[in-house]
Amino acid sequence: MWKRFSSNRPALVGVVLLIAVIAVALLAPVLFPNGPWKMVQRPFLMPMAVDGLPLGTDTLGRDVAAQLAYGAQVSLLVGLVSTLVALLIGVPLGALAGFYGGYVDEGAMRFTEFFQTIPNFALAIVLVAIFEPTLASITLAIAIVSWPPVARLVRAEVMSVRRREFVDAARLAGLSKPRILLTQVLPNTVSPIIVMASLMVATAILLESSLSFLGLGDPNALSWGYMIGAARTVIRSAWWLSFFPGLAIIITVLALNLIGEGLNDALNPHLRQRGQKP
Amino acid sequence: MTVFIAILSRTAKALLTLLAIAVLNFFLIHAAPGDPAVVLAGEAGAADPQMIEQLRERFGLDQPFHVQLGKYVWGILQLDLGYSFRQGAPVIDLIADRLPATLLLTLTAFVISLVFGIALGVAAAARVGRASDSALTTLALLFYATPLYWAALMAVLVFSVWLGWLPGFGYETVGASYSGFARVLDIAKHLVLPALTLGLFFMAVYMRMTRASMLEVSTADFVKTAKAKGLSGPAIRRRHILRNAILPVVTLAGLQAGQLVGGAVLTETVFAWPGIGRLMFESLAARDYNTILGVFLVSAAMVILFNIVTDIVYRIVDPRIGARA
Repeated sequence: MWKRFSSNRPALVGVVLLIAVIAVALLAPVLFPNGPWKMVQRPFLMPMAVDGLPLGTDTLGRDVAAQLAYGAQVSLLVGLVSTLVALLIGVPLGALAGFYGGYVDEGAMRFTEFFQTIPNFALAIVLVAIFEPTLASITLAIAIVSWPPVARLVRAEVMSVRRREFVDAARLAGLSKPRILLTQVLPNTVSPIIVMASLMVATAILLESSLSFLGLGDPNALSWGYMIGAARTVIRSAWWLSFFPGLAIIITVLALNLIGEGLNDALNPHLRQRGQKP
Repeated sequence: MTVFIAILSRTAKALLTLLAIAVLNFFLIHAAPGDPAVVLAGEAGAADPQMIEQLRERFGLDQPFHVQLGKYVWGILQLDLGYSFRQGAPVIDLIADRLPATLLLTLTAFVISLVFGIALGVAAAARVGRASDSALTTLALLFYATPLYWAALMAVLVFSVWLGWLPGFGYETVGASYSGFARVLDIAKHLVLPALTLGLFFMAVYMRMTRASMLEVSTADFVKTAKAKGLSGPAIRRRHILRNAILPVVTLAGLQAGQLVGGAVLTETVFAWPGIGRLMFESLAARDYNTILGVFLVSAAMVILFNIVTDIVYRIVDPRIGARA
């Protein structure tokens, strides 16, 4: 599997980019010991205008490079944790629906459909606005709007796996139903879940940045979306304040998408044939 | 007849969903930290105890919980979305005022993204493995990773500030008082950048889907038959592959319309487009919860309506769908 993944050049580019972003996030306190909020120079300095400030300063004279580095922490953290929470909601729900069928399935799917009908960005805005923007409420809101596709995927996978022969064998061996689900069925659905999760982290980062752009970011955590939102009104005079955070978001999201697609090709090799040859 | 029954059942389901959202809104107001009356009044009303008292009475906040819920949902059924104290007008009037601008923007963006997405997807699939295919696929990956609001800001910067080709602000030229065709042209000019940037992300999505779908269908047996008959490549692509490949794309596009409405909040904020998305953004800063929840409900209603329309269109276009259901 690793061989297939590593022979996929775009996926490797994704890995390199992601490692770079993670390194910047982890090294932020070392590279910029003053933190992101401190005034270091005149406001509105162009990139490269002053030594030591490669990306210039913002409207309040704060170091844009330092803000980008600390912003990486927020993006990665929110993206990762919200995806984990979404998995915690979606996997059990989908597994129960797919495994037990009948009324359980009916009820779980109605519930999932309801959440899929609601425009998810609008719901995220409403949730964060009502519960006050904090890292916790933002993470939870993103998880709440992201779990339905997980539930549907896990349900479909469980439904196809539970009809396989080894599941019949486990039943004949006298294993209880919950035990069959946990030890026989679920482990065989892991690879599509991993692929979906890596793509979800990317979407979650985009969602978080969009919320902060609208002013719904945690006031104590500087994020990329907030930087762009704060610089929106001065776009005419200070384009770099919006440009670089956007670039950081694109690089991170792109890296995760490339990795997700690489994993998809590596874990589902039978799909790979498609599109390779005309 | 089956189409008619399908429409009826879809409409009933849609009404139930909207009712559920209304109930969700009610619980959200009560789950918010602080007194629900203060929440409903927003920041504007927080200073006036008399108004809060009135609100408490009007919404029956001194009554049992289920009575409150009943009153709230009943109000929404009568299109009473509450009152925006910040703007000094009923929420439903504010929304009705701004809805046409949002409909214009989202429908234009939807058409743009679907037409260009499918066209580019077909082009990429026809050249699979070649340099132009890689270029298109890479471009789609980039658009797919670009935050909508950032693309909007950069479009304003390049096409409006630097090049001065198109207006990057508002719905029409303020104070120009154009009429007739001149006004339509003016609005169209203002529409170009918001619609393009809103459509860009979805264009990337539809392009990737079309490409994958085209490649999948192109391995089907009936394509081999068509080839054996001696049909030319373009003819097979257009008449046999595309017709079958396009259905899943359009189905998913219909389902994704909801995201378009959500994206409108971001685009309208950047371009000062006077739609319900901009209304929501303004209400966020004012903590005007009545308006926020109202816009939320209406955008959900828009999505549901859109899904019903696409569903009906499919049943008419592709009779197999009705037969399967």
